[in-house]
Amino acid sequence: MIKRIAVLLVAGLIAIWFLAPVVLIVISALTPSAEYYDPVRIFPRTITLTHITSLLVTLGGWRATLNSIQVAGMSIGISFLFGIPAAYALTRFVFPGKNTFRLGILMTRTFPVLVIAVPLVIIFLRIGIDDTLFGVALAHTTMVLPFVVLITSSIIGGISVEYEEAGMIFGLSRFGSFMRITMPLVLPGLAASAIFAFIMSWNEVFVAAVLNLTNRTLPAHILRTAMTAPDYFKFAAGTIMAVPAMIFIFFTRKYLMSLWGISLK
Amino acid sequence: MRMTYKKSASPYLLILPVILILVMLLGVPVIETFRLAFSHPVSPFGNFNRIMASGELWQALKYTVLITAIIVPLQLILALALALFINMRFKGYLFMLYVISIPLALSDVSASLMSYSIFGPSGYLNKILINLGLIDSPIYFFGYVFQNRAFWVIVITEVWRATPLVFVILLAGLQSVNKEYLEAADVFGFSRWTKLRKIILPLLKPAMLSALLIRTLFAFQIFGVVWLLAGRDIPVLAGEAYFWQTMRHNPNVAASYGLTITLVLLVISWAYLVLLRSRETEGVAL
Repeated sequence: MIKRIAVLLVAGLIAIWFLAPVVLIVISALTPSAEYYDPVRIFPRTITLTHITSLLVTLGGWRATLNSIQVAGMSIGISFLFGIPAAYALTRFVFPGKNTFRLGILMTRTFPVLVIAVPLVIIFLRIGIDDTLFGVALAHTTMVLPFVVLITSSIIGGISVEYEEAGMIFGLSRFGSFMRITMPLVLPGLAASAIFAFIMSWNEVFVAAVLNLTNRTLPAHILRTAMTAPDYFKFAAGTIMAVPAMIFIFFTRKYLMSLWGISLK
Repeated sequence: MRMTYKKSASPYLLILPVILILVMLLGVPVIETFRLAFSHPVSPFGNFNRIMASGELWQALKYTVLITAIIVPLQLILALALALFINMRFKGYLFMLYVISIPLALSDVSASLMSYSIFGPSGYLNKILINLGLIDSPIYFFGYVFQNRAFWVIVITEVWRATPLVFVILLAGLQSVNKEYLEAADVFGFSRWTKLRKIILPLLKPAMLSALLIRTLFAFQIFGVVWLLAGRDIPVLAGEAYFWQTMRHNPNVAASYGLTITLVLLVISWAYLVLLRSRETEGVAL
């Protein structure tokens, strides 16, 4: 009994430690400014959406959000388009250089991606895609693509090759067999990986802030403007950044362990 | 049976685009970084000389190393405690797992703004202390004169944000510990403490080392949290790169900082590998 209470107490403290900042910033974002600057009032009596709406509408937050979504979308698109075939090769073929390739992909996961931002500014200027969303998407692809190759190869590896072989015996092509037999089976896993890839791009701030001056993604926009904005806009910004990421994590919680395990190793 | 075609070109065709993309987007920029960092009108080391002479490089390096040296061990210890706790599999542990993993989805930008809502001049901490009558005017945590306080807020924020990353790796490691070892230990009447020290921790070592490496690599690239909470009051390597690129429009100096980060991380990764290998041979010798 005492042990159960102790466990409950510790669990409660852990939950407060991890949840409190998230709850508090949401409350801050909804607090009317007069109440926020009142030193003795901890929690507001009324709530307001004005900070969030004015951040989105007048301060360019909505445009930045759309930019972020486009960047993440393009980056995910490129990564899956080229990542899935590579992952297929890794799981379904034996060929010289396979381990070198896999190791190389793993190494890029430990490479400090922020380093490429400065040279990319110059390279993108040269080829005429400076300050574009496509440019940022390409930069994010350097993080997302290796992740997609690794995660997809482990997902495809989990599906027995014999199903595909059976399909080929019955007259499907190699490609057709993959698309019609393996693809439907791996789709949920791929969807979860896509969500993770989305969060990677959505949260990335350094590269996005260095690359683009006018077409900023949401975190880059916040980084550039937050320091001079009044406090309540900072909280509105933090909330807008946090909410989609948390919703996405909620939907992929089943895959949490396996995805992070792979994305980090 | 595996579908292998001897001397088939198809696997190479399938991986070729990935290689090309990564060479274009990682390889070429890395070469360009070297070119930028070492081009200077006077001498190839002009950019480095400039930031070394002004002491800026050392300051940034000092703070980056300091932050890394404090947060990484803290994260490892806290994550280990959390993982051991969750691995007790009490009722409702799955809910706790979800709660702990919330910061995984959050960006450094969100996390630092959350910190600001607590430690800001009109933040919750100050309001609570004022309401309790402990202070009359707010305690300031941010600004150049309060550098030391901002430093600790940054440490707390990073610990809050990144401990779950370590936690996930350690929990996965814990779950792969063979239950039979622990049952055998029970048979011999080992205490909980002995089981932890003699069985669980040694088996967890690979997971801990990989978590340590990953966290060190990322802690060294710390940017968002520092930049939003302290700006250049607390200079870090990535922050300096950002400053020189976007505010001074000097990509050469910015690239020099980028190169510094890369080189230090290479040394760290190499050190970990050596450490790992010596541990392995130690195991064989035993």
